[in-house]
Amino acid sequence: MAEPIIHIENVHKHFGRIHALRGVNLDVQVGEVVVILGPSGSGKSTLLRCVNHLEVADSGKIVVDGIPLKTAQNINAVRQEIGIVFQSFNLFPHLTVRDNLTLAQRTVRRRVKEESEKVAMNLLAKVGITEKADCYPAQLSGGQQQRVAIARALAMNPKIMLFDEPTSALDPEMIKEVLDVMLALAKEGMTMLVVSHEMGFARAAATRCIFMDEGQIVEEGPPNTLFTAPRQERTKLFLSKVLQI
Amino acid sequence: MPKQSPFRNLGRLLSGRPASDDKAASTPEEMIFIPGAEPSARLDPWWWLVAAVVAILVLIIVLSPDPYWNILKFVSDGIGITVLLTVVSFVFIILVGLIGGIGRIAKNPVIHLIASLYVEIIRGVPLLVQLIWWYFAAPVAIQAFGKFIHVDAIANYQSNAILLAVVGLVICYGAYMSEIFRAGIESIHKGQMEAARSLGMTYVQSMRYVILPQALRVVLPPVGNEFIMLIKDTSLVSVVAVSDLTRRGREYMAAHFNPIETWTLIALVYLIMTLFSARLIAWLEKRRRYER
Repeated sequence: MAEPIIHIENVHKHFGRIHALRGVNLDVQVGEVVVILGPSGSGKSTLLRCVNHLEVADSGKIVVDGIPLKTAQNINAVRQEIGIVFQSFNLFPHLTVRDNLTLAQRTVRRRVKEESEKVAMNLLAKVGITEKADCYPAQLSGGQQQRVAIARALAMNPKIMLFDEPTSALDPEMIKEVLDVMLALAKEGMTMLVVSHEMGFARAAATRCIFMDEGQIVEEGPPNTLFTAPRQERTKLFLSKVLQI
Repeated sequence: MPKQSPFRNLGRLLSGRPASDDKAASTPEEMIFIPGAEPSARLDPWWWLVAAVVAILVLIIVLSPDPYWNILKFVSDGIGITVLLTVVSFVFIILVGLIGGIGRIAKNPVIHLIASLYVEIIRGVPLLVQLIWWYFAAPVAIQAFGKFIHVDAIANYQSNAILLAVVGLVICYGAYMSEIFRAGIESIHKGQMEAARSLGMTYVQSMRYVILPQALRVVLPPVGNEFIMLIKDTSLVSVVAVSDLTRRGREYMAAHFNPIETWTLIALVYLIMTLFSARLIAWLEKRRRYER
């Protein structure tokens, strides 16, 4: 088997007295789409945020694209390879959509203005909102903002994309437009780590599903196997509640 | 759509009536009237105030040039000093406030301690006492230090009143400004810093391009407030040998014994300076506003 692009080994994380991650092991191969499920407080978002050092693991080992995440010096280099999409979009409200996409390209990738704008417009076309390039984020709907956020992350040409509950803050009718963009991205072969409860997306795009509870990976497998024939009681209980809706 | 007269809104502006009362308001868009949304809300009360203050000033000067015109001529160099002190100090106050504010939120305990000590100590001492300390005590301390290390250039240090006044104002106001900037930076959601950092930007880049532009908009009203307070507080430097507007007023009064005329005129000059500054700040606030 090839060298995994993300290697997580026995990672622990505490928030004060809360033991958020209790020895998590996970390997992600290039091109894999891994969907992480689990009840709230199970540590899924924390795990995701540990991968690009927004949270610092207390112990254990995380290697991204061959770079171990212990030395803080190379953290910016690692972050350039990882795009992250947040639940609350976190677009820069004082910049237009276009500038949201070009800022990091110019400051981090050192691209010239014309090149960065070309990249930005191509990506906006890809997520289907070219006409909003000169708008401010507040003038966009939630679904449009999240698509801009995806485009902003892609503008850095990341090797890995992390999605932290990208549709949880959206109105139901806007969820599909965001999932469609993510689905297209998965089809292109992007390596993706997705925290989400969108079962439809998991079935359509995921190569692997992971169920987490109380800071540990309880069970993993291909989506169809995991959803239809879970082995663990905890997984069954969770899925029965989620799939009922 | 027919070409409309540029004066079509004038009647409405002066009377404050909704647009739907006007004959020109025949198109559907113009039928919608939102209270307070009319252009610049008619004549701003501020303009009336400025007009009144300027009118009074001009009137008293024209009606009795002696003493008012004489006073104004006498103190005019003081006005220059007051403006110079305010503007120069304020530039450095912003710089000190920025550094102090970032220091106050620093994770590094040493930087945090230094910034906090600075703010707490300076806030606890009256500005007048600080200015007097810088003018009378600091030069002596510097000279003693020069003797101690046997450097004649420092031992023979001659104080410069304006320079020391600027130092005193900057250090005192910088402490207050640090707190304003700290609050402004902390008011920006931490997801903004996370988003910037996760794109690979460094801490300095994230501050420069993402956090500070947003924080600046938040802090503009209190920063403007500080500016207006600074204009007035520069009058304190009159006790430490700086010939500002207030000190020149005292000199004129001492020579001519007409306190009512002198101090009324000086009060009016200060008032005009602060009123125009307030307007400038309001304009800046409006310009920096964006959708969120």
